[in-house]
Amino acid sequence: MNFDFDDDHRELQRAARALLDDRCTLRDVRSVFEGPAPFDADLWDAGAAMGWMGLAVPEADGGLGLGYLELCLVAEELGRALAPIPLSSSVYLGIEALLLAGSPDQRARYLPRLAAGELIATLAVQERRDRVAGFDLQTRFEDGRLHGVKAPVPDGECAGLAVVVANGGSTLALVELDGEGVRREPLASLDPSRSLARLHFDGAAAEVLGADGDGRHLLDRLYDRAAVLFAFEQLGGAQRCLDLAVGYAKERYTFGRPIGSYQAVKHKLADVFVAVELARSNAYYGAWALSTGSDELAIAACLARISATEAFQAAAEEGLHVHGGIGFTWEHDAHLFLRRARLLAVELGAARRWKRTLVHRLAARP
Amino acid sequence: MDLDDTPEEATFRAEARAWLEGEVEPLAPGEAPAAISEFEDPDEIERSRAWQARKAEAGWACFTWPVEYGGRGGTSTQRSIFAQEEARFRIPPDVFTAGIGMAGPTLLAHGSDEQKRRWLPGMARGEQIWCQLFSEPGAGSDLAALRTAAIRDGDEWVVDGQKLWSSAANLADWGLLLVRTDPDVGKHAGLTYLLVDMRSPGIDARPIRQITGGANFNEVFLTGVRVPDANRLGEVGGGWSVALTTLMNERSSLGAGGTGGALGVRALIALAAATHDERGPLLGDDAVCEAIADCYVRSKGVVYTSWRTQTAMSRGVPPGPEVSIAKLVAGRMRQDMMALALDLQDLFGAVVASDPAADHLPWDHGYLFAPAARIGGGTDEVLRNIIGERALGLPPEPRVDKGLAFREIPTGR
Ligand SMILES: Cc1cc2nc3c(=O)[nH]c(=O)nc-3n(C[C@H](O)[C@H](O)[C@H](O)COP(=O)(O)OP(=O)(O)OC[C@H]3O[C@@H](n4cnc5c(N)ncnc54)[C@H](O)[C@@H]3O)c2cc1C
Repeated sequence: MNFDFDDDHRELQRAARALLDDRCTLRDVRSVFEGPAPFDADLWDAGAAMGWMGLAVPEADGGLGLGYLELCLVAEELGRALAPIPLSSSVYLGIEALLLAGSPDQRARYLPRLAAGELIATLAVQERRDRVAGFDLQTRFEDGRLHGVKAPVPDGECAGLAVVVANGGSTLALVELDGEGVRREPLASLDPSRSLARLHFDGAAAEVLGADGDGRHLLDRLYDRAAVLFAFEQLGGAQRCLDLAVGYAKERYTFGRPIGSYQAVKHKLADVFVAVELARSNAYYGAWALSTGSDELAIAACLARISATEAFQAAAEEGLHVHGGIGFTWEHDAHLFLRRARLLAVELGAARRWKRTLVHRLAARP
Repeated sequence: MDLDDTPEEATFRAEARAWLEGEVEPLAPGEAPAAISEFEDPDEIERSRAWQARKAEAGWACFTWPVEYGGRGGTSTQRSIFAQEEARFRIPPDVFTAGIGMAGPTLLAHGSDEQKRRWLPGMARGEQIWCQLFSEPGAGSDLAALRTAAIRDGDEWVVDGQKLWSSAANLADWGLLLVRTDPDVGKHAGLTYLLVDMRSPGIDARPIRQITGGANFNEVFLTGVRVPDANRLGEVGGGWSVALTTLMNERSSLGAGGTGGALGVRALIALAAATHDERGPLLGDDAVCEAIADCYVRSKGVVYTSWRTQTAMSRGVPPGPEVSIAKLVAGRMRQDMMALALDLQDLFGAVVASDPAADHLPWDHGYLFAPAARIGGGTDEVLRNIIGERALGLPPEPRVDKGLAFREIPTGR
């Protein structure tokens, strides 16, 4: 048994961290956060030059053909850096949807550009505030045309291609967002370093992705894959929050001693450490299942997703708390993590949904 | 990353399985492994001894110990492969945790060659039951506050005092005994570590009834007990560092066994599927599902954390503070899981199972037993202190007893 990443994977991770340390400081994140651009285009290009978007894309489709283990570790670094780029939408969801269900022609048309970072993709699922993802969908796909409204769509502002869940979930439709019949409307995001939009489709040209009628099944499989990759982003974010809080707890004195020497603070941070370590272990299991194409992915994805969501949320909330009043200020970085943790917690559906799925999958196992 | 066995591991696993198949019955599908035992049945102890002896004879005991001391000179990976395989069979509960799990590693780390030869081979063969005589009425979490005193008399130590909560001391042949040999220095510096023959005159082990109704932990009175100096581990006054080795091993062996949690979750799902309310099976209830999922995620997290440790060890990296995680998480998880199982049955959850064997797991006993895992071997709070200070490097709390001789430390009584 070898339940860890190997040196060559770690090498790639180190290279990603070096680039992000240089090009994606929290000051850089903040300039996207407070500025008008939906993402950091320079960082995106630098990542593309490193091949990030094509890591798990086969060479025949224009990628590097490495694999998911590499992509997991890059995801961890992006999460650590709070990278303000649409990689999760484009790679974990867009590219994965095409790899899962794309026809040879669709793959040839889109994958090389997506893998090179020239095109950005996203997935559009939810429609209304009072209807959770995937339920009671009104968007229709008929005769090659798409009608309906999707919101909120992560990175819908900057994506050129969307996979749209239509016809009550039975159809996945592929639509180019720069064409006729598409209107984009930015939505204020709780995490402005990651943009959200409402997409209006008014007879936009679209095509089916995968077998028509198979949408729900495909979406489940897509979510399982993406869950592992998102989990690594969440893990990276959680670890960074913990590191920052521990650092502060050693420096900040009250009543003549460092706050980290008080048990109330020490035990809080110990609990966050435990949550992060469990999330790491569950994420590794997910990485193994994803990279080997194991049937275990159905369970492993749930474990990784639930654990990582809880760890990032706890680390962001308690990390901010440990900073006291300064942690509540706009100038301090704690809220950047809190916002990202919240966005990622709901992007593939809330933990509650994953927990139900997990138990029903376990119950269905022999 | 590769969860498959290496060719050598696969061969080893196949050999282990083949041997086990020739020796014991496999568990039936859905059958839970032996529940935690309070060893009140002498037959059970004999079965445990016989099984250990059989393993030792066939070379399947104490993998990582050197061959000359009754082990196999094998790897920790082999040890865990064998444990995984063994868990699929109907094996008796293990009465040797304090011996093989704690005394053995402590002897290996701190014993002289002569001491190792004297105790380890018999330990591996299940000839001795051991107990740990550390805690006292005034010294649990604050173990180094213990008062049981040993005074040197020629080649012997004369021990007087009282120990408490000593598991299996009433059955044990040998005890790991931590004593104070110098009250005039700081509390950690005055401790010495002895191995005591539990049949020595002056030892009186009295079982204490526990909340489960069982009685396998004890108060142990030591009155003028003579222990040869040859039974001392480590230096006079150097007992604390020897004790830390025991405690480390205790925590890792208590925290392991993560498969128990996952098996329990399977049984919990079966219980939720078979129990109905007016809206149908409780497995359809979201709150129930979420609570079950919380248990499963934690129990798997603990198992996979141990795989990471295993991998690190096979690469030559010693285990780190994650060893404390397993016990902390698994203890709480078991308590939550047992409470949930009882909740699912509404008022019937307050009825003691008349036939535990007919139930999937004896949930009521499990619920009453669960607090033990959060207290014994270091409480949740002590483990959080260890994680905070050793894993995260946070500063220790100021100590009022620092720099004081043991005699001068306030006790509150
Ligand atoms: C089933 C069982 C088996 C056992 N077997 C053995 C055995 O074989 N041999 C042996 O020597 N001992 C044994 N013990 C004893 C066990 O190690 C102690 O009970 C344990 O270390 C706690 O000590 P205590 O009982 O004195 O509680 P205390 O130390 O008095 O603790 C009481 C409460 O105060 C908290 N507390 C104490 N100190 C701190 C602190 N610094 N910070 C925050 N909170 C604190 C504790 O967490 C706990 O909640 C066993 C205990 C149990 C329950």
